[in-house]
Amino acid sequence: MARKHNKADVLRIAATHMVLMVFALIAVFPIWQVVNISLRPGDQLLSTSLELIPQNATVNNYIRLFTEREFVRWLGNSALVSLTVTLTGVLFASMAGYGFSRFKFVGKKVGLLSLLTTQMFPGTMLLLPMYIMLINLGLINSYLGIVVVYSATALPFCIWTMKGYYDTIPTSLEEAARIDGCTQMSAFYIVILPLAAPALVITALFSFMSAWSEYIVAAQILQDADLWTLPIGLKSFESSMSTEWGLYGAASIIVMIPVVALFLALSRWLVSGLTLGSVKG
Amino acid sequence: MSSDKSKQFIAFLVIPSFVLLAAVVFYPFLYNLLLAFGNMNLTKIRDWQFIGLRQFVKIFTEPSQPDFYAVFGKTIIWTVVNVSFHVVLGVFLALLLNQKIRGKAIYRTLLILPWAIPQYIVALTWRGMFNYEYGSINAILTRYLSLPAVEWLRSPTEAFLACIITNVWLGFPFMMVVALGALQSIPHELYEAAEIDGASSWHKLKTITIPLIKPVMIPAITLGIVWTFNNLNIVWLVSNGGEPSDNTHILVSFVYKAAFNYYSFSYAAALSLVIFLLLFVFSTVFMRQSKATEAAY
Repeated sequence: MARKHNKADVLRIAATHMVLMVFALIAVFPIWQVVNISLRPGDQLLSTSLELIPQNATVNNYIRLFTEREFVRWLGNSALVSLTVTLTGVLFASMAGYGFSRFKFVGKKVGLLSLLTTQMFPGTMLLLPMYIMLINLGLINSYLGIVVVYSATALPFCIWTMKGYYDTIPTSLEEAARIDGCTQMSAFYIVILPLAAPALVITALFSFMSAWSEYIVAAQILQDADLWTLPIGLKSFESSMSTEWGLYGAASIIVMIPVVALFLALSRWLVSGLTLGSVKG
Repeated sequence: MSSDKSKQFIAFLVIPSFVLLAAVVFYPFLYNLLLAFGNMNLTKIRDWQFIGLRQFVKIFTEPSQPDFYAVFGKTIIWTVVNVSFHVVLGVFLALLLNQKIRGKAIYRTLLILPWAIPQYIVALTWRGMFNYEYGSINAILTRYLSLPAVEWLRSPTEAFLACIITNVWLGFPFMMVVALGALQSIPHELYEAAEIDGASSWHKLKTITIPLIKPVMIPAITLGIVWTFNNLNIVWLVSNGGEPSDNTHILVSFVYKAAFNYYSFSYAAALSLVIFLLLFVFSTVFMRQSKATEAAY
């Protein structure tokens, strides 16, 4: 239906664009800053100039990152940890979420509520006991410790997301599959699991991002520089700000690219996954 | 269907998660509970004793550096200011984006960016931007707005403000995305009916939009409050561990410092427990008051 724009409409649309542009600019500004810093030559790192692209832009910082620093090692460490956490998260949450969505069992309500309650734990409440336990077990500086901590802290949210999504899938689908001779198990993974793809994607994304971006826990558990993940490595650049600022910028860009790309590619699902998870019919 | 088989299937689905959670969430939780009633620190890591409620008495009555009540007050300010901005900006931008306008997808993508970036990078980058001499914030203030440069990271109030600005920037997209999802599910006929009745935009917002997005927003806001209250990353990294001189703490960063810089393990455990109880009571009351619990499960 084509509607004629009158003067008030035109004004309103212009104002909308203005406001959205201002906010988009604010959203992008810090990212542009990082790009800018990463491209600066060594003698301009502390320049306060606000040019779009710095004078004598160079990729020298990126080259130094790969040739002079342990960056590749951190990248590998972070990838290893994050992928393990993602696999664990998706596997466990897709199963437990289905259990919570479809079946009645003793302790179901308590289980769900305690999952919700874990979201209120301040990080230190788990980190400190874990830290002391790991000291006592001699497991400080091990990936086992950190992978388990990351998986478990992301899991409650993932289970809730999965459960919320399964709730929106009609049970008649499984019933039909059962009549056609499927077992409970095969009805679950042949019929329901593919339909839950959007929620699986959210769960994977959330698990991956929470591990890829975690600094606070890693800083306490991974003290050996060989085991450092990206966040600890990047923080070490920042600590000696004046000399390593350019390296920090270059490293940040490289770290950001996979998560931002993933996030944007999946953001359409993110909306439906989050809202369907919270408003159950 | 035999119910034994069903039971096995349920066990198969649920037990792995619960074993993991028991080991890494519930067990540490109980251990934290024990620690809170003891006197463990770095020198007494193996031979600590129970000392009853003394850590709690210490938290609430003994003067500490920084003062518990001051930190608590700051945490409340931190949470209220952040979440208010997140919700107001988020809903406002969602309303703008929920119209027929050109370039909607681009705006949406750009506006989600702050959420997509790892928090520690956000914090470290903003810390750089707040630098007195070299940061771009002061460059903008002095060059384009002819305002005096601000000592962002060296004075307590400004450093705290810097943390809040950073966190507002990174938090509004979440609320925007949730609100946008809720707005899209409102049937268009409602607005058309209201228009026929001659309702003003404000009236439509008040009687249609807000009541209908509320069931989605309330759980999101509760979650937002809990996340913000417990957000260690931003405060810790923007203020570099509470600088200047431990004046920029919220409760969680205060606990983190007590645990990992001062090694007062039991004191930190007791304080963690206090934070958890505060949030638990708050969320229960808040969700019940807004009668939205049924929307959550």
